[in-house]
Amino acid sequence: MGERVLMKGNEAIAEAAIAAGCRHFFGYPITPQTEVAAYMSKRMPKVDGVYLQAESEVASINMVLGAGAAGVRVMTSTSSPGVSLMAEGISYIAGSDVPALIINVQRGGPGLGGIQPSQADYFQATKSTGHGDFHMLVFAPSTVQEMVDFVSIAFDLGDKYRMPAMILSDGMLGQMMEPVELPEARNPDNDSKDWAACGHKGKREHNVINSLYIQPQTLEDLVRARYEKYEKIKEEEQRAEEYLTEDAEIIVVAYGASSRVSRSAVDKARKEGIKVGLIRPITLWPFPEKTIAKYVDSAKKFLTVEMSMGQMVDDVRLAVNGKKPVEFYGRTGGMIPAPNEVYNKIVEMKGGVQ
Amino acid sequence: MSDLNILLAGFGGQGILFTGKVIAYSGMMDGQEISWLPSYGPEMRGGTANCSVCLSDNKIGSPLVVNPDVLVAMNLPSLEKFENDVVPGGLIIVDSSIISKKVERDDVNVVYIPAAKIAEDNGLKGAANMVILGRMFKETKFCSEDSLDKGLKKSIPPKKEALLENNLKAIKLGIES
Repeated sequence: MGERVLMKGNEAIAEAAIAAGCRHFFGYPITPQTEVAAYMSKRMPKVDGVYLQAESEVASINMVLGAGAAGVRVMTSTSSPGVSLMAEGISYIAGSDVPALIINVQRGGPGLGGIQPSQADYFQATKSTGHGDFHMLVFAPSTVQEMVDFVSIAFDLGDKYRMPAMILSDGMLGQMMEPVELPEARNPDNDSKDWAACGHKGKREHNVINSLYIQPQTLEDLVRARYEKYEKIKEEEQRAEEYLTEDAEIIVVAYGASSRVSRSAVDKARKEGIKVGLIRPITLWPFPEKTIAKYVDSAKKFLTVEMSMGQMVDDVRLAVNGKKPVEFYGRTGGMIPAPNEVYNKIVEMKGGVQ
Repeated sequence: MSDLNILLAGFGGQGILFTGKVIAYSGMMDGQEISWLPSYGPEMRGGTANCSVCLSDNKIGSPLVVNPDVLVAMNLPSLEKFENDVVPGGLIIVDSSIISKKVERDDVNVVYIPAAKIAEDNGLKGAANMVILGRMFKETKFCSEDSLDKGLKKSIPPKKEALLENNLKAIKLGIES
């Protein structure tokens, strides 16, 4: 680990990717993530890497598929409307079992929406990024340091499970600066990717990377095998942070930027003697249902806080499984809730705790 | 010191974001937890550029400063927009060479400093932000003097090192004001 430096979230993501051995970046600028591409355009040529600004997000994601299929660490970065354009390509990547990293620095939607921070792409990231039965690993950083740390983890797990991974960030985390420690540079083990289509040199059968399977039985078998892998991931890769949850009567569930706002609200409520805690999902897929289930008996109520009209709250309700009330507080369209808004909601709920 | 939430606001080009960066780096040199969050997008056009800086001994929750302990106002729209958000007992620093209006509240401390004029009179045109930073340091002691020095050095990229001396001069003028 080196010294602590102040970096914007967007720049930290880019530097972390280079440290993790990523040498291929394909993207298209869009606020509020443009700094990722700008940083990559400066840095990649200096580390013998490829920075390519494609003509569109559709082109970028297909270049990502191509590079990933050749077995190298590859990433792209965009913001909400850009992910919609990439949806088809991401489905192809998942259907081809190719690892790749996709960054979404979320902004307000739908449509062109706005450019201020938002968390309204949760459904898109965790449930329906593209067509067909598939999942991505989805990580939700809440600090600039986590932007750095999760890039590395996402690359490694993407390689391990041969699947796309996403960092679901937002405009606030992308634009803000915090001190970070960057990890030491390392070289990924691309050579162990014996499935990659990178030239067989006459020494082995050629590999085929493909997502087209005309025979329904073949396709069903493949999808089923993939879902067995997903079950294993659900078992082994759920991650969440617990804060003051042990004795909590009310548990707030929030990720990313809204988890920071919620943490401030929890601290304030604790000072007033309200027993409230915070569960912060770090993986959004797999959703950390085990962490939530741990507190279903001890907590009396749950509150989900999001910068959306309520998306993750559905997963919280599934995890709580009707045993306790799950309420929601959200702002959307680029509005960031103030800690006091969340605090007031906690106080209101406390009134109803028996 | 436990928590200090600072909101810096003014026109684009007055060095609001840079000032925030110097504060953030200085706090970091002091071993404090820090965050720096700029306004971006439409907010930046035709009005106020602003920047939230949090300094704390503990992990920082929301980095968006809604109710600042310290408001630095470098133009009239900023003062009008944020005056009422400052916590009671907080501090408002006004560049009185740009803003003639007085703060209407009587439950906050107010410092009027003709920062732009002080800078210009001393041949440091454009360094009003650093004059204000010096004054803010004097009023709040948000970090040690040594850390402020180091924070400034960290904030200036090597290519622009020539600017260091003038910035230091401007900070000193603010401290002595």
